Amino acid sequence: MVVKNTRVEDRIARPIGENIPRIDAQEKVTGAAQFVDDIPFGPGLLYARIKRSPHPHALIKSIDTSKALELPGVRAVATGADTPGYLGLYLQDRHIFCRDRVRYVGDPVAGVAAVSEEIAERALDLIEVEYEILPAVLDPEFGASLDAELLHPDMGEYVAAPFVFPQPKTNISNHFKIRKGDFEQAWKKCSAVIERSYRIPHIQHVPIEPHIAIAKADLDGKITLWSSTQSPFAQRNLIAKGLGKSQGDVRVIGPYVGGGFGAKAGVTMEALVVVLAMKTNGIPVKLRLTREEEFYTSFVRQGLVMHIKMGCDETGKLLALENKLYWDGGAYTEYGVNVARAAGFSSTGPYEIENVNIDSICVYTNHPVGGPMRGFGHPEIHVGIEQCVEELAQKIGMDSVRFREINCIKEGSILATGGKMHANGLTTCLEKVAKAIDWGMKSQPSGPDKKRGKGIAIMWKAPAMPPNAGSSAWVELAEDGKVNVGVGGQEIGQGSFTVMAQMAAAALGVPVDWVRIAGPVDTKYSPYEWQTVASRLTWSMGNAVAAAARDARRQILELVAEAWNENLEDLDIIDGNVISYKTEETLPIKNIVIYGLPKAGDTGWIGGPVVGRGNFMPTYVTGLDPETGQGERAAVHYTTGAQAVEVEVDLVTGKVEIIRAVSAFDVGRAINPDSVKAQIEGGMVQGISTALLESLQLKDGFVKNPSLVDYRIATSVDVPYKIESIIVEIPQDDGPWGARGVGEHSMVPTIPAIANAIYDATGVRPDAPPYTAEKVFLTMADAGIV
Amino acid sequence: MANHRIRLRINGNLEEVEAPSNMTLLQLLRDKLALMGTKNGCSAGECGACTVMMNGEPVNSCLVLAVECEGSEIITVEGLAQDGRLDQVQKALIETGGVQCGFCTPGMLISIRALLDRNPNPGETEIRDAIVGNLCRCTGYLRVIQAVHEASKQQTIGLV
Repeated sequence: MVVKNTRVEDRIARPIGENIPRIDAQEKVTGAAQFVDDIPFGPGLLYARIKRSPHPHALIKSIDTSKALELPGVRAVATGADTPGYLGLYLQDRHIFCRDRVRYVGDPVAGVAAVSEEIAERALDLIEVEYEILPAVLDPEFGASLDAELLHPDMGEYVAAPFVFPQPKTNISNHFKIRKGDFEQAWKKCSAVIERSYRIPHIQHVPIEPHIAIAKADLDGKITLWSSTQSPFAQRNLIAKGLGKSQGDVRVIGPYVGGGFGAKAGVTMEALVVVLAMKTNGIPVKLRLTREEEFYTSFVRQGLVMHIKMGCDETGKLLALENKLYWDGGAYTEYGVNVARAAGFSSTGPYEIENVNIDSICVYTNHPVGGPMRGFGHPEIHVGIEQCVEELAQKIGMDSVRFREINCIKEGSILATGGKMHANGLTTCLEKVAKAIDWGMKSQPSGPDKKRGKGIAIMWKAPAMPPNAGSSAWVELAEDGKVNVGVGGQEIGQGSFTVMAQMAAAALGVPVDWVRIAGPVDTKYSPYEWQTVASRLTWSMGNAVAAAARDARRQILELVAEAWNENLEDLDIIDGNVISYKTEETLPIKNIVIYGLPKAGDTGWIGGPVVGRGNFMPTYVTGLDPETGQGERAAVHYTTGAQAVEVEVDLVTGKVEIIRAVSAFDVGRAINPDSVKAQIEGGMVQGISTALLESLQLKDGFVKNPSLVDYRIATSVDVPYKIESIIVEIPQDDGPWGARGVGEHSMVPTIPAIANAIYDATGVRPDAPPYTAEKVFLTMADAGIV
Repeated sequence: MANHRIRLRINGNLEEVEAPSNMTLLQLLRDKLALMGTKNGCSAGECGACTVMMNGEPVNSCLVLAVECEGSEIITVEGLAQDGRLDQVQKALIETGGVQCGFCTPGMLISIRALLDRNPNPGETEIRDAIVGNLCRCTGYLRVIQAVHEASKQQTIGLV
């Protein structure tokens, strides 16, 4: 007897919640998985190199490319004269090649396509550029002042997204504000106030695969771009706009991505090679960044100067918060303007505070271009918020976990932007990490010159994207019932293809190993997806895939209902078979998804090839008032969570060792719990790496450590022996099976958790990350501890 | 640039190739022989993505000149599976979830295979030391380390 299920969207169908091994793993362990550099183009392929600005800020007086063009093997040279248009996701402020001005060391001035990388490189030396050096802006706070040299005199003419507010005749490319409550009164009521400043350094994403793109421009105007990208569709759109082309004539193909972390979102270097390819008569051109270029000519995580003032009453209730955030957006802030906005509207941290005053200011500087990086400004702001909360709790003599419990957002809490918080598991996450780290208990250090301490931090983050970022998907089936799912979001390592396969299998009613994802994503054949960013794919693309699979399921069931003369409600698809709850008859779908079914009495056929379609776009996000930051709903939802660490500080060397680390995140529903845990672990280690090791050292506009030797990232010996990941599931109302994203969140609270633990161990707080041995030792020495 | 005729064995196959003096082993593998499994992450011996086994030892193939490989035995990621069956370390990496973006994976696998050939039962510290030169930005290494323990265990069982 077959037991009738409830509607397919309500029940938790297999394999939702199951630890399905990654569907891309076998390809990747055998070396078969194809990345951009692995695609064969034959001996005709040309290679590009880019001549870059040696100055942080200068006017271009002249460029002479004649000698380069005469070098044997050179096929094309491009400069700003070829690129009058602008690039930019949220603010169109960047020419593909510089035209009249360079704004950072590394700014592309000219490009060469030649028969080899060596010849292209040699040709760069033959290009003569005359500069007039201008004063550079190297600090965001100074840059925001009227004393600073103006970096974008034409800012008033730039096209900006409606929620971005550039301030012409200044270097401020976006100023996000929240004005809420009565400040005069609020500070008077506070019995404890903490006021601090933090300087968070620039860091680099360091994907192990450097940026790479290959472009081919046919003489009929059609462009094909193979790129290592998180954003095939955004690249299509932005490059078409930047070159004055039709989106219909730009095709972007995105094979597997060897790590992105935000660095490969939007457009960074890809348009350069397109422009060169437009000069080579249809012969493809490849541009791959060197590791050195990777460090400062693609996106970096922009620096932040944060001034924060926070107060509470004697019961521990947070009453007031003032934040001034100066983002070191770099030479172009086409993407960084939205880091300022998104981190700005969430810069209370996950706390309900009645009186909030926030200025989040994105500033042009002569530094590398700031862009999205895992966490999108949130790891940076939480450094300040979660250390201040810790200090405030201490100041009024309250346990900091208790302090967080009292103040953190709960369902129905009023947010700083005015709307209400949805159901979430933040307090559960906090309780679970506190318990797991044995909060309140000191453990013994491993030696007499060592001290141990524990630290905790909580977090929140919403997907940062336009209000109407959309997803779409299709589902078609093969002769044997195997399912092909078209998606436009990228597999960048996070496991999205596996999770999409699980969702398609569950919504359609087939075994998961029947499902294939139609990769690589190709804007010519794949359905539209905004970008693979903002931890939004599981939720947004997942909704589209589930809808497409349900559409296919509906088509199959309607066909069978007609053939069997039954009601739709009595039919279901389970394990690839249509079943009737009424007659208990079954029929494998493989027989019917392409050829349909014969009518009775050999009188013809019904049905036809099944193609399911689905899309998803949030429709409920509202604008915020430009002066007060108030609005109904600033973001689609928040993912919340907590981390706790135990550290051991070596008093002789200052070295901080992470003894153990615990994370808990509310992911709504874990579609693949093991994959969720893998994201949490990987993110936490990236967080640890940024906390203890990483900073892009900038001096006079130059990056001093552009190599993996001088810019250290965590290696296998830097990782704690014990990392625990806890999944909390309070369903998201509009998530597929209740799911929401977690990719970025796992590195958001890590730095302050570690800073709080260092304080607990030593009684000192180093002023800014990274908390290197040297910095920690010197801070202890200054305090007279060692 | 002088060209050299080089004979070497790659993944068990004898190869004879022409290579200029400045060609690296990585370029030989990828550009001459289209063995694209081995990745280039930095061209400077810093990231480990291009690790291959040369006469049983893991080397950064971007730092080895092709001419140095005369008479050598090279194993790349394509040479790990035998007769269509995955190597124990490949299986273990899939099972533990130690693969994410996959770009460091080929080099990582070679370092692990070389370690297990050297010592079938390595301890935690030895495992961490063996892959310290293989940078991974996705996994946080823990599942990779777990995979080595797992493969070591399975390999030992297989021998019994």
